[in-house]
Amino acid sequence: MNASVNSPIYDASALATRFREILRSDQIIVDAESKRPYECDALPVYKAMPLLVLAPETTQQIQAINRLCNELKLPVVARGAGTGLSAGALPDKNGVLVSLARLCKIIEIDPEARIARVQPGVRNLAITEAAEEYGLYYAPDPSSQIACSIGGNIAENSGGVHCLKYGLTVHNVLGMEVVTADGEILQVGGCGLDTAGYDFNALFIGSEGLLGIVTEVRVKLLPIPEHARVVMAGFASVLSAGDAVSAVIAAGIIPAGLEMMDGFAIQAAEDFVSAGYPRDASALLLCEVDGSENEVLEHVEHIEKIFHEFGATSCRVSRDEEERALLWKGRKSAFPAVGRISPDYYCMDGTIPRRKIGTVLEAIHRLSDQYGLRIANVFHAGDGNLHPLILFDASVPGELHTAEALGGKILELCVEVGGSITGEHGVGAEKLRYMLTQFNDAELAQFYAIKDAFDPSGMLNPGKGIPTLRQCQEYRSIDASIRT
Amino acid sequence: MGDIADELEATVRAAAASGKKLSIVAGGSKSFVGRNVSGERLDVSGHCGILDYQPAELVLTVRAGTKLTEIAQCLEERQQMLPFEPPDFDGKATIGGTLACDMSGPARPWRGSVRDVTLGVTLINGRGQRLRFGGQVLKNVAGYDVSRLQAGAMGTLGVMTEITLRLLPTPAATATVFCEMDSRAAIKRMNELARLPLPISGAAWLGGSLYLRLEGAERAVTGALGKVGPEFQPGDESIWMRIREQSLTFFEGNASLWRFSVASNAGHRIEDQSWLFDWGGAQRWLRGEFEMKYLESLANDLGGQVSLYRHGDRAGEVFHTQAPAMRNLQLRLKNSFDPHGILNAGRMYHGI
Ligand SMILES: Cc1cc2nc3c(=O)[nH]c(=O)nc-3n(C[C@H](O)[C@H](O)[C@H](O)COP(=O)(O)OP(=O)(O)OC[C@H]3O[C@@H](n4cnc5c(N)ncnc54)[C@H](O)[C@@H]3O)c2cc1C
Repeated sequence: MNASVNSPIYDASALATRFREILRSDQIIVDAESKRPYECDALPVYKAMPLLVLAPETTQQIQAINRLCNELKLPVVARGAGTGLSAGALPDKNGVLVSLARLCKIIEIDPEARIARVQPGVRNLAITEAAEEYGLYYAPDPSSQIACSIGGNIAENSGGVHCLKYGLTVHNVLGMEVVTADGEILQVGGCGLDTAGYDFNALFIGSEGLLGIVTEVRVKLLPIPEHARVVMAGFASVLSAGDAVSAVIAAGIIPAGLEMMDGFAIQAAEDFVSAGYPRDASALLLCEVDGSENEVLEHVEHIEKIFHEFGATSCRVSRDEEERALLWKGRKSAFPAVGRISPDYYCMDGTIPRRKIGTVLEAIHRLSDQYGLRIANVFHAGDGNLHPLILFDASVPGELHTAEALGGKILELCVEVGGSITGEHGVGAEKLRYMLTQFNDAELAQFYAIKDAFDPSGMLNPGKGIPTLRQCQEYRSIDASIRT
Repeated sequence: MGDIADELEATVRAAAASGKKLSIVAGGSKSFVGRNVSGERLDVSGHCGILDYQPAELVLTVRAGTKLTEIAQCLEERQQMLPFEPPDFDGKATIGGTLACDMSGPARPWRGSVRDVTLGVTLINGRGQRLRFGGQVLKNVAGYDVSRLQAGAMGTLGVMTEITLRLLPTPAATATVFCEMDSRAAIKRMNELARLPLPISGAAWLGGSLYLRLEGAERAVTGALGKVGPEFQPGDESIWMRIREQSLTFFEGNASLWRFSVASNAGHRIEDQSWLFDWGGAQRWLRGEFEMKYLESLANDLGGQVSLYRHGDRAGEVFHTQAPAMRNLQLRLKNSFDPHGILNAGRMYHGI
């Protein structure tokens, strides 16, 4: 069974000499100061300095890097924009970090076939910006879309506020080029909607850089909806807001987006962007519908009616594009908004069956009291993806640890009610131990077997995604010692 | 209703120990797909029944041997549906077989495939272990996406026992229209229309006519009818069922049936042959006897693949040839689930 690579310890400058055979000097970063920006992703409690940062510009260079690393038994960690929230792009201190940032070309937009072919370092939003002139856009829109890369989106199967109707990354990618651990170039998928054989698109999407490095991507583009409006409503309790969400779905409406925020998150967002959110509400719903103008008006009326039936304390419908953008801006900047009111925050990413929202939020409240840390909740209500933001102060000894312990409890709770420890941020280095909560040994062994099929030496992103058998044993003995 | 998961697990475990090959069968409606396999018949049709249905969550969990007709009936009561419009082949098709063969109907380009709506799968791998992947929630990136990997795997990675799917509400209104045109004009028109924000849920070219289906809210459909063009006339709605079930005369007889999965706007080649286009041009059916190599080169030119879908020589390869690096990894993946090579061995490719 593979573990992470047992890599020899190399000297950085000696290693750089080897890489100069395949890369230019300006593509190899050796000195500590220049490497510093790469030591963590957007979860900076995990930090490590790689031996080297490499900045390839072609598929062939990535192929050569993987071949050399394979020969040297050197860990390879791919990095997109570094906006990940699970320490997925955390460097390995005995390995190299491969930045895809220079592979940032939009190779082709085929408006007729509605396909964009792009390099992995292209920013999510840049695809939409390039497609707009044809009346098309790329649907998955993570809140980090101005910065995050499509390669990172593939690794995490990223979603966005519109994925309830338009799907996740896995629903919007047609194909990709991947360089495998042993330096083979694979063409996965194509321009059609499926290919024969095992669906490697499905396998690679969400695999957190553990199975190969994505060097090119083909995504679907969709026609920009003719018309869209967002209905915003305040509620006196999270429970009634949750019931209103279920009622909208049960009425046969699939909103383009359906988001919930709790009182704390509402306050923070309103302070930050002044979107006109109702400060007195305990829960806020943002429900967007799109389609033809007539259709949208029909749905908006229906939704307003449902919200009132379920006790909405306020209700507002966007009148124009500007207002719609403003209402979303509060939601999309919820993380940084919460970041302003607390020295540090820790973002969780559990998913739950939607009907459990009341139970889960109540339990989160109790945990918050018990651990003495405040929690703001932002929720992709349509698809059951909860982002509790735990507020803490890292300069207070022990608080980070308390925040992590509290986060762990929340994840266990999600699994208990039939959900998952991560909806879209990935396991990374962060949630490794909670994989044991969600999967049993045989299931984990099947995951290793898959990893082993693609990367027998375990050189790709070691220590992420799937805990090794040894780590499982360690976690179990820690848990046992806590219990006794 | 029937739960035979324990028996299935025991059978697979025994086969893993003895190396006896198993041929997995449920409704038997798709025995024509893939390559011929030998092996002892493992009948999973007894493992059936709806386990959980949450209309407000749009989520359904069923045993893999459940008939599609039973599922459709249950969903109809709540005006919901399986979004991917699968063929039920005279009521014989099961959800497990549908996922294993990745079968979706005319709505697929707009509403997604069976793979797209699969949220979770429980399966028995070739070691005889029952494993659960994915779940009941729409979003889940913990571990590899083993659930969606089952789509099109033709049972070669595991015997599926439970499947969780995402549903959609049934559209309130539907309209079918058609217009006579040649294949080239049809390809052009289908792609032009797909670029517009219209509630299209079907676009097919057959018998010299382009058929379109519009579905959605009442006002959306009425509005869209005004936009597709005045040359379109009201058409027969049952055409979609007959395309889906392959019950049109086009599909009759024993001539080889080839399936092209290509770029929707790819040009039309060997036009003088017998063709039917579905999925807005992305799925193209061809009848007749051809060299596989010749059609593969055609499909490559069109940005996609071809398979010998039905009839013809089913002892040879029937799916598009894979590049050596791809084939190698597909074999290794098969081996990671089924190291003894007992599950539907060779159904997909020789050795897989
Ligand atoms: C403020 C904020 C809001 C966010 N909102 C959302 C949201 O709404 N929805 C959501 O899903 N996520 C969200 N995220 C998380 C994050 O933006 C996504 O996970 C994103 O997809 C990461 O992309 P990246 O390019 O930054 O990847 P990185 O952080 O650089 O890397 C992430 C993972 O991808 C791997 N990787 C990167 N490129 C490649 C490649 N070419 N080949 C193979 N592996 C690769 C890395 O090894 C790593 O495991 C948010 C993050 C922040 C900071």
